[in-house]
Amino acid sequence: MQWTRQNLFSSWGNTLTTLLILAGLLWALVPLLDWLIVSADWRGSKRVDCSSGGACWVYVAERFDQFLYGFYPEEERWRVDLMAVVLLGSLSLFLWSRVSGRTATACVFLSLIIGWFTLTGGESSLPPIETRLWGGMMLTIVLTVGGLALAFPVAILLALGRRSTIPVVKIFCTAFIELWRGVPLITVLFMASVMLPLFLPDGASVDKLLRALIGVSLFAGAYLAEVIRGGLQAIPRGQYEAAAALGLGYWRTMYYVILPQALRHVIPGLLNTVIALFKDTTLVLIIGMFDFLGIIQASLNDQEWLGLAAEGYVFAGIIYWAICFSLSRMSKGIELRSNTHRV
Amino acid sequence: MLIAGAVWLLGNIFDNLADRGIASGFGFLRSTAGFGISTSLIEFSEASSIGRAFWVGLLNTLLVSAIGIVLSTILGFAIGIARFSSNWLLARLAVIYVETIRNIPLLLQIFFWYFAVLRSLPGPRQSHELGGLFFLNNRGFYTPSLSLDAGGVAILFSVILLAVLAILKRGQKRVVKLCAFLASGLFIFVAVGAEFSLPELKGFNFSGGMVLSPELVALVIALSTYTTAFIAEIVRAGILSVPRGQIEAASTLSLPYRDQMRFVVLPQALRVIVPLLTNQYLNLTKNSSLAAAIAFPDLVSVFAGTVLNITGQAIEIIGITMAVYLTISLSIAFAMNVFNRNTALRGTSP
Amino acid sequence: MSEPVIAVERVHKWFGTHQALDGVTLNVKSGERIVVCGPSGSGKSTLVRCINRLESTDSGRITVNQIDLAEGPLAVEQVRKTVGMVFQQFNLFPHLTVEENLCLAPVRSLGLSESVAKERAKEYLERVHIPEQAKKFPLQLSGGQQQRVAIARALCMEPAIMLFDEPTSALDPEMIKEVLGVIAELADGGMTMVCVTHEMGLARAMADRIVFLDEGRVIEEAPPSEFFTAPKSDRTKQFLSRILQH
Ligand SMILES: Nc1ncnc2c1ncn2[C@@H]1O[C@H](COP(=O)(O)OP(=O)(O)OP(=O)(O)O)[C@@H](O)[C@H]1O
Ligand SMILES: [Mg+2]
Repeated sequence: MQWTRQNLFSSWGNTLTTLLILAGLLWALVPLLDWLIVSADWRGSKRVDCSSGGACWVYVAERFDQFLYGFYPEEERWRVDLMAVVLLGSLSLFLWSRVSGRTATACVFLSLIIGWFTLTGGESSLPPIETRLWGGMMLTIVLTVGGLALAFPVAILLALGRRSTIPVVKIFCTAFIELWRGVPLITVLFMASVMLPLFLPDGASVDKLLRALIGVSLFAGAYLAEVIRGGLQAIPRGQYEAAAALGLGYWRTMYYVILPQALRHVIPGLLNTVIALFKDTTLVLIIGMFDFLGIIQASLNDQEWLGLAAEGYVFAGIIYWAICFSLSRMSKGIELRSNTHRV
Repeated sequence: MLIAGAVWLLGNIFDNLADRGIASGFGFLRSTAGFGISTSLIEFSEASSIGRAFWVGLLNTLLVSAIGIVLSTILGFAIGIARFSSNWLLARLAVIYVETIRNIPLLLQIFFWYFAVLRSLPGPRQSHELGGLFFLNNRGFYTPSLSLDAGGVAILFSVILLAVLAILKRGQKRVVKLCAFLASGLFIFVAVGAEFSLPELKGFNFSGGMVLSPELVALVIALSTYTTAFIAEIVRAGILSVPRGQIEAASTLSLPYRDQMRFVVLPQALRVIVPLLTNQYLNLTKNSSLAAAIAFPDLVSVFAGTVLNITGQAIEIIGITMAVYLTISLSIAFAMNVFNRNTALRGTSP
Repeated sequence: MSEPVIAVERVHKWFGTHQALDGVTLNVKSGERIVVCGPSGSGKSTLVRCINRLESTDSGRITVNQIDLAEGPLAVEQVRKTVGMVFQQFNLFPHLTVEENLCLAPVRSLGLSESVAKERAKEYLERVHIPEQAKKFPLQLSGGQQQRVAIARALCMEPAIMLFDEPTSALDPEMIKEVLGVIAELADGGMTMVCVTHEMGLARAMADRIVFLDEGRVIEEAPPSEFFTAPKSDRTKQFLSRILQH
């Protein structure tokens, strides 16, 4: 009672606001929930099973596997599942305090390399699967994780280079970073998909997915570099001086003393870049790839399932939201924890 | 080694271009376009040059960005401040808005507004209407328009200028002044003979007035609501950066809440907010290139899309497109640096 | 006239599990000058901040001019117009000039016209002996000058009561004197004051009563003559011996 009076009805202006909002919520939420849940169609397998006027979740259920794997052949999808487990396992090493960050990073890179060969089937007895068949959530994750993995080492070098005392290195790194940060991702993707082939000798061709990955990682690399540079700037001079006094050279100082501290500082910033990149991978649909959003968008044109745009976008929205929101919670949690430690 | 590599790459490029029969150089800018563009701020037809198509695209990009920036700034500040409201419900609602919108990809939101909302509106005969002036249907958003001759435009600008001056000038009665300016401006308009034109249903479609295409409306809504969420977060961070003591001092002086915000908190918060805000404006401008996904003719869509398909001159076209965005980004960043250095905000340095 | 202007009755205040005020009772009559002292963390700031509701209380009652602070925002508003406050950290608005700092509240919350407010600002700046600093920004002034501006800012609202929370402890020794001078002049003018301070000289010179707080409780309450010469409790003796050593 007391609480309601203080927080909702403390003055007449306040009361009016509360009533307006409640009315608005009632007006919007009731039909929305009705459409989403109450009168939605959940059971069936055909378009005709959706007749109630609510959301047609039958369509999402029917297409669910395709949303996850794209056109990856059904009997080979175990490879994707297996690699997802391997990737998650190696990522979770970061949460385990007995394993050092360096080991965990190495494990993640190793699992990515294994993953690439398993999924393509290259150089092994598994049947090869062309990357143009990859799609759905799997492709989204490949682009995000792969793009980041390629971008990360470059980003560290760029960040160090931008703080370098050698003018040529500094100017080059600064220009490189600002170039990619100054243009929209879509132009980078166009560049990678249209211009890149022109640079190669006759006959040689690069896989479309690989081209997109290169574009994504150039773009992400520039943003990561700025985040890492922020961390480098936060390291007090004393650390450099102490390392120099111990006779460690530049690279050793960076590798053993500066980078481990700087990277730990910027974990929240890195996670935020991951979230941004995860959302940005949707742009590959513009260059004709079928990522999670792309495959949903394509399925909306299916003659059998016309008129379900709202369902498709709401489903995609919920999934993207759930993933991004949990990542951002994680980032905020880490930030809070490190703030209390620092005090 | 670097030079050898560069030579090798260049060699490849020329071989490839020759093989595919693609011309090089910027001559294509003068050739005839041969395609139409649906939304254009300047005159454009199939007979116009490709160079003109570039300007059409660029102007459309700037148009969308400008509208988006204005809307998202207003909404962003409103929602950012609402997070501190003493009304619990309002504050919660602001949090929910921010956390929902910024965790969903922009492209998905553009698709949602375009395909799920605007394109599935009823046709012109069943338009949603507002007071007989505004109409919304699957062909777009119809509003009354104002046609002006050159003199009218000049007067319009001077009126706006005077209004802005009136706002900026410190003084008690500025609201009164502003109203006076606007009223007199309107009066002059009518006297000069500006013509209002209202949209009207004729047969199967509307004529008269001004129409904003569904693509434009969807893009503007999605861009501004998306950027609003980020601006609201920035505004919140800016307000939090103002020391508690400032608010305590203001409230012991019994300043009303509105005035505490307006005279004490916001001016100080702006030091933190302004640089981050410019960043968001740049993001919005870059994000407007997602127009390509719903075929709104912005720079990327017209130039890196249509023109590239026609001429195939990828290097020149992507180069020009990137250069435009880079120019915008760098000049705004530069202006920001100058602003930061010169306006070393009031009272910060001894 | 015997009605107290400030009446604090059995006030309790918790911060989470920590009890900052433990049944504090204090009555201040019109024109009375109270000095509050006590060791760090004893709840002095909390007490004065409760008087103009910068902190809420958990139980007990506080009335100022017979207005109960718990009644709601309007009551708080009314009280704050008659109670001025000076902070340890000045809390001047750094983006406004000294004159703007002084005029803001009179114009915005009392509704004075700008010119009247400026007159008033000039008058109070003279009162605190820095009329020549009106056009400067706070950070261009010395600490002592800033604190005097803060006092003038509070006075511009023409309050009936002034609260001071350690007004001199963020200052260098030579600046303390100029601020203490201004406070003493105010006291001579008959202003009702509650002042938290470690300046025992000030307490001796101007206080009608000294209140000694420890662990959120009023341990001792006496006129300065008694307080310094014949303290009743051991805690007070200990405190005095420590503070008077320097
Ligand atoms: N906002 C707060 N949140 C939690 N605890 C607080 C808060 N403000 C004060 N306290 C605690 O309440 C107790 C009393 O604080 P108060 O500031 O009133 O002490 P004080 O007597 O003014 O001390 P000092 O002489 O150091 O200023 C302290 O233990 C302090 O840690
Ligand atoms: Mg204190």
